[in-house]
Order: sequence, then C-alpha cells, then structure tokens
Amino acid sequence: MPANRFNAFTDYGIGIGLRIPHYRHILEKKPVVDWFEIISENFMVEGGRPLEILDQILEQYRVVQHGVSMYFGSAEPLNREHLRKLKRLVRRTKTPWLSDHLCWGSVDGRYTHDLLPMPYTFAAAKVAAQKIRQARDFLEVPIAVENVSSYAEFHVSEMTEWEFLTEVVERADCGILLDVNNIYVSSFNHGFDPFKYLDHIPMERVAQMHIAGHSRYRKYILDTHDHAVIEPVWKLYAHAARLAGRTATLLEWDAHIPSFEEVHDEALKANQFISQIEAAAA
Amino acid sequence: MAQAVMRPLADSGRMRADWCDGRPMKTVAAGFIKPNSRLTSFERLEIYNRQYWLRLMDCFAEDYPGLRAILGEQRFHELAVAYLEKHPSRRFTLRDLGSQLIEFLQSDPHWTAPQQELALDMARLEWAHIEAFDNAAKPPVTATDLQGREPAQIHLRLQPYITLLRLAYPLDNFLIALRENTRLRGEASNAIADAPEHSPARKPRLPHRRTLFLVVHRYENVVYYKRLQARQYGLLLAIQNGAFLEEALQTIPAGGTTPPIGEWFQNWSALGWFWMRGAA
Repeated sequence: MPANRFNAFTDYGIGIGLRIPHYRHILEKKPVVDWFEIISENFMVEGGRPLEILDQILEQYRVVQHGVSMYFGSAEPLNREHLRKLKRLVRRTKTPWLSDHLCWGSVDGRYTHDLLPMPYTFAAAKVAAQKIRQARDFLEVPIAVENVSSYAEFHVSEMTEWEFLTEVVERADCGILLDVNNIYVSSFNHGFDPFKYLDHIPMERVAQMHIAGHSRYRKYILDTHDHAVIEPVWKLYAHAARLAGRTATLLEWDAHIPSFEEVHDEALKANQFISQIEAAAA
Repeated sequence: MAQAVMRPLADSGRMRADWCDGRPMKTVAAGFIKPNSRLTSFERLEIYNRQYWLRLMDCFAEDYPGLRAILGEQRFHELAVAYLEKHPSRRFTLRDLGSQLIEFLQSDPHWTAPQQELALDMARLEWAHIEAFDNAAKPPVTATDLQGREPAQIHLRLQPYITLLRLAYPLDNFLIALRENTRLRGEASNAIADAPEHSPARKPRLPHRRTLFLVVHRYENVVYYKRLQARQYGLLLAIQNGAFLEEALQTIPAGGTTPPIGEWFQNWSALGWFWMRGAA
C-alpha cells in the first residue's frame, strides 16, 4: 500500500514544506531531509530567485509538488495557462506525483484564493472527477486529491464527506492526499467521528498524508497551520498509518514558522507512530 | 457563495448584515448553508468572508509597504478594499493582485488625495519591484553577438524584468530604507514566530519633489534600483520602444560634453540588461 501507483511506487518517508524562512539554513547547512513539498504556484514563475532557489534544492533533495488553485470542484474548465505552467514545473522538479485539493475557489474568472468546500452531490463528484482525469492526462503524472478542512456544510449535500471523497477518487481513478489534521478540524466543526471517516475511505488509494497544527476557537477550529500537531491528531495519524501502512508524510507549518530544526523535529515524531505500528504488526 | 465570500466586510470587520438586495444576510446564508449546534449559517459563511479579506489584505500590504507608509493604515485599508472590490484577483496566483493598481489610482485619484502623484509614483515603483523579482530573463547579448554589426542593424531589447521609471519624487531610497527597517524589525524580535507580520515599521522621511530617472532591474536574482541620467533614460526608453541602436543614439542631445556611451553600454551589458533576437 505505501508504494502504489498513486505515488509512482515511491517509498518517501517524512518530509516538510519548503518555506522561505528556512531557505538559508537548508542551503548552507544541507540538513538531511527525506523530501520537501513545494507549493507549485510559488514556483510557476518566469524567472528570478524562486527558480534559482528551487534549482539549488533540486540538486540535493527530492521534491513533491502540492497545488492550491487547480480547483477541481469549480464549475469552470481547468485553466489552460495554469496547466501549461504547471507542466513546465513538473518537468523541472520531476515530481513523482502531484497533489491539489478537492474544493472550489473560483467563479467567472474571479479567484478567492481559498479552498472552499464542495456540496457533496453526485453531480459535483462527476464534474470534479472529470477535471482530475483531464489534469492527469495533460500533466502525465499521478494525481492525489486532498480532503480540505471546512467550516460550512450545504443543505444540498447528498452524502457524507468521506462518501464524497470516495466517489470522486474512484470515478477519477486517482490517489488521495489524506490530511488527517483536516479530518480532525472538520470533525469538530461538523460533529462527526473522525475515525469513522478513516474507516470508510479507500486506503489503497492513499499516496501521501498531511499532518499539521491548527487554532482552536470557542465555537470552531480554524485550519491555520501555525502550531505543533496536537495529540488527538497524532492519534488519528496513527490510525490512518495502521490502515494504510507506512506512507509518505508531510508536516505543514505555514505561518508563525519556527526554526527549521523545530519544524523538522515535529515532523519526525511521525516515525514513532509508524514504528509502533510496524512493531505491533511484526 | 462566491459573491458573499468576496463582498467587503462591514466597518466592524464582520460580514455585512444585509445582502445586496436588502434581504437579511442571515436569511440568505440559511438558504444554502446548514447551521450547527454552535454556529449559525451566517457565522459559518462569515468565517470564509473574513478569511478572504484577511488573506488579500495581508498580501496587498506585503506588496505595497511604501504606499502603505505614504497613506497611513486607515487610508491604505480603504484604498485596498476599494481596489480589490473593483479588481478582484483574476489569476491563479496572488502575485498579480496589484496588476491593475496603477490604472485604478489614475482613474480614481480621490483615494490618494492630496498625495496622488506621490502615491502613483510609489505604486509604480513597487509594481516594478514585483516585475523585477520573477519576470522572465532572455539570454543576454554578448560582445560576440554585436561583432561586425553596424548600429543601424543592432536591435537591442531590454530584459522583460526591467522597468524604466520617470518619477516626480526620488522614492528609491525611501523604499529601500522602509524595507530594511521592516526586515531588521523582524530579525530583532528574536524569533520568526514572534515577529508581528505587519507591524508598523519606523518610517523614513518622505523625499521632497525632484525628478528621478530610475531603472528597476535584477542582478544575480537580487532586485536593484539604479539611478540614471536623463539622457541615459531617453536612450534606454528608445531601445525599449523598439528603436534600432542608431536611432536610439540620436535621442542623446547634441552639444555639451561627449557622453561615454561605450562605457554605459559596457556597464549595462555586464548587468545583462539587453537581449536580441537571433543572438547566440
């Protein structure tokens, strides 16, 4: 399960996001990191320092691309300019797989730059699956779609989020980027059992996992990626790892970013859960 | 939902209580969003509405610290909201959020009154900085490329990342000082995590009015502002507008001391400013 066709049969371990505050440390100290995840849009530029940094990183490290604006769930067709620039970047990084979110975020050519939740309907699943297939055919790289965190649910939804995710990925025949923090955040905001979510999705399609921190408010949790991972999320991660096996895992820390060492140490905590699971299975 | 998410917030910073057609927003929200035991439909939609504006305002402030310093927080905020409402992002990247700002400041000058000219100059300089940061670079022209060619045959072009500016105010040093103050403030706060993201930087003094000719470019992937003489600006502008070298050289006023044109081109070429179709 860990190395599967949705992650190009790779066996990546624990990675962290490539972030500007850490550039100098990484390029000067050359720490041992299994892989970095980059936000594709930050490097879909024509020239300059971003690409210079990326090329230096690519000399030393493995990189996987993660996007934030493909909007598989938007009613509009895929943006051709976006796809062309993305493909150019895919060739540059040689990313073994590419991920983006199961969400929408643009209407009539206007972009919200947010990851807006979809109504969980069969019609929406069909549109999203079609767009995922189109993207995969154009980009010629396996695609994994990520479950987003959300703060709203729609009256028109016909199924649960996990049923919707399953419907989309099976129609699209694509992989899943399983974000366990997003499941936790959404489970709190919408009142469902996060372990039930994990028990009901096709784990054989999980190409990669995300873990992250969040911000807890009185009435809801906001997915801010600006804290360490809390214990309940680690427990969810352990359950997911038990079901999916050792899977490429990425810690997202995108705001109030501490030192490289702190972020990397936090990510490497995932190893203790994987070790426990593998020891129990032996 | 998109329209609701992208609608400007009320002065309180919350989602507006009424929809465009006058209906209560709580009724509109309840029409498509489920409430839960803790949050109403209105409150759930409001999270997205507030996040949209927080995100865009954050990005806009990061791109235009100079304009923000000139206008002050309140006026900058009002300008940003008005601009982003009229020109929402139409690209998948936030990098181009300010692509229509210069046009907006020219068509709606009341947002920057009475400092219209100063604000426009700063907006142009800051947009040029964005362009210089990550626009494409063509293979630069070399001496070999020019060998054996007469000036009338040499059709140089300026790199896509270069912007020539004629400013009414010498804002280059002001912006450099502002950015440096902000950077030092961030480092001085002891940890990246503790640095306030957009704390007001100690503001350098605004310059007096004085015409400045500037080129915003990048060298070894660092953005620079280089001051030009008026005749250098005229020459480069002619090249940028498509003139062959011979024609461009004719923009240099006759009389006075002979300008060291060879030295100029040697320096500019060393900086990689020129490219040429058909060059090796």
